[in-house]
Formats: sequence, structure tokens, C-alpha cells
Amino acid sequence: MDSPEESATLCKKAGYTYTFLSDPKAEAIRHYDLLHRGAGVDGKDIARPAEFLVDASGVVRWRNLTEDLRVRAIPEDVLKGAQRLP
Amino acid sequence: MGGDAMANQEETPAERKRKWNWRIWSGFLLAVAAVPGYFLFFAKFPITRNVPWASWLMFAGAGWLLWAGLRRAFASPELVRGRIAGPILAVLSLGAAGLFGYATLYASRQLPAAAAAPKVGDQAPEFMLADPNGKMVALATLLSEPMPGSEGGKPRGVLLVFYRGYW
Repeated sequence: MDSPEESATLCKKAGYTYTFLSDPKAEAIRHYDLLHRGAGVDGKDIARPAEFLVDASGVVRWRNLTEDLRVRAIPEDVLKGAQRLP
Repeated sequence: MGGDAMANQEETPAERKRKWNWRIWSGFLLAVAAVPGYFLFFAKFPITRNVPWASWLMFAGAGWLLWAGLRRAFASPELVRGRIAGPILAVLSLGAAGLFGYATLYASRQLPAAAAAPKVGDQAPEFMLADPNGKMVALATLLSEPMPGSEGGKPRGVLLVFYRGYW
């Protein structure tokens, strides 16, 4: 998990304008059951990769839980999921 | 084979400068290059990352070169070098392919199942986390306030991306 400072550096470098949130205590990660124990550097707990598309009322409309670290959702997958938004 | 027999009659093996077996060396280099080649280059593009066909093609080419080189080394040892280096390089190349197979077919799939993760139709669990400026942001905020930099009103939805961090 990156700290807010690390996220700030990343956003500046990459020019990202969307919201980056830090979860150093893995609170949200645990709530979403995405904790990957000991998989980070120095055996730290990190998140397993996952994507959720949530509609304005807070309901999950699309999600992607990859079974392989190397295989992530591509923008086209997310746009297809976005068609399910009301 | 007839050519080999004739060559034996013409010179004694000790005097002859045997030919360098370039096939086994280039096969070995190709196999060894395939491992960093994937992680540093092919992994950047979904088309060569998700199914690493380009890398397996490199290993196949390496295997073919090694096989051809080994055959020459053992069929005409008096003409071509590589009877000692060949098997060693072949085993090391096989090791590189094995390492690559382990990393891409096994290790990268060892993810927790996330059986209790919110499913389609579930309410997304609320959270409150710090943004890069230290401001606390809740999911409810993201769902009700316009995106930073956007003109409009309430968003139609929010995409949550959990990633492993850039270390």
C-alpha cells in the first residue's frame, strides 16, 4: 500500500487527475475482502488487484477479480461494464 | 556422414580448429533473454502479456537452435565444438523456460479468492481514506460530488481500482 505522499508523487509524475486514496492500514481492502497477506515488499500485506464499478446509489454494477496478477481489466472491459450503469 | 569420414582421414583431430557452435550459444542467449524480455517489455502490452505467446515463441526458437546445435556437436564432434558446453547451456536454457513457466502459469495465479468481495448487485462497502493531500474522502463523497476537473454535477458511477502500489 502506498502512502498519500507516494500517491502524490505518482499522480504528479503520471499526470493522473482522478482521485487516489491511500489505505495504509488496509481498512477498505479488508472490507472488500481483497487482502493479500505477505505479498508486498518485505512480506507486507497488500491488496489483490480488483476493480468495481459502483453506480450513484452505491450498488456494484460490474466487477473484475482477476485470477492472474498479470491479467488486468483493460479500458474496453470497464467501458462495457459502464453500459450497465443506470 | 561421408564427409566426416573423409575429414578424419585427412587431418588428426588435435590439429584441427573445430568450428564454433553458434547455434547452441544463440539458443542459450535467446532463452535467457526471454525472461527479462517478458518482464521488461512484453508485459507492458496486454496482447503479449496476458498470453505470453511472444515469449514462448522465443523459447521455442531457442529450443530449436539448441537442438540443432547439439545434433551437430554430437554427430560430428571433430568438426563442430559444443559437446561439453552444449548440454550445459541446454540445461540452463531449460531452467530459464521452467522459471518463466513457473512465474507466469503458477506464481502469478496465487491470489486470495476474495470470496466475500462485494458482488454485482451488492451495496459497495463504505470507506473513508486519505487522498494525496491528506483530505479524508468517503465513497459517498465520490458518488455525490462532481469529479475533480469535471464541469458537471453528480457522477453516474465510480470506478474503484484496488492496485498493489508502485514500489
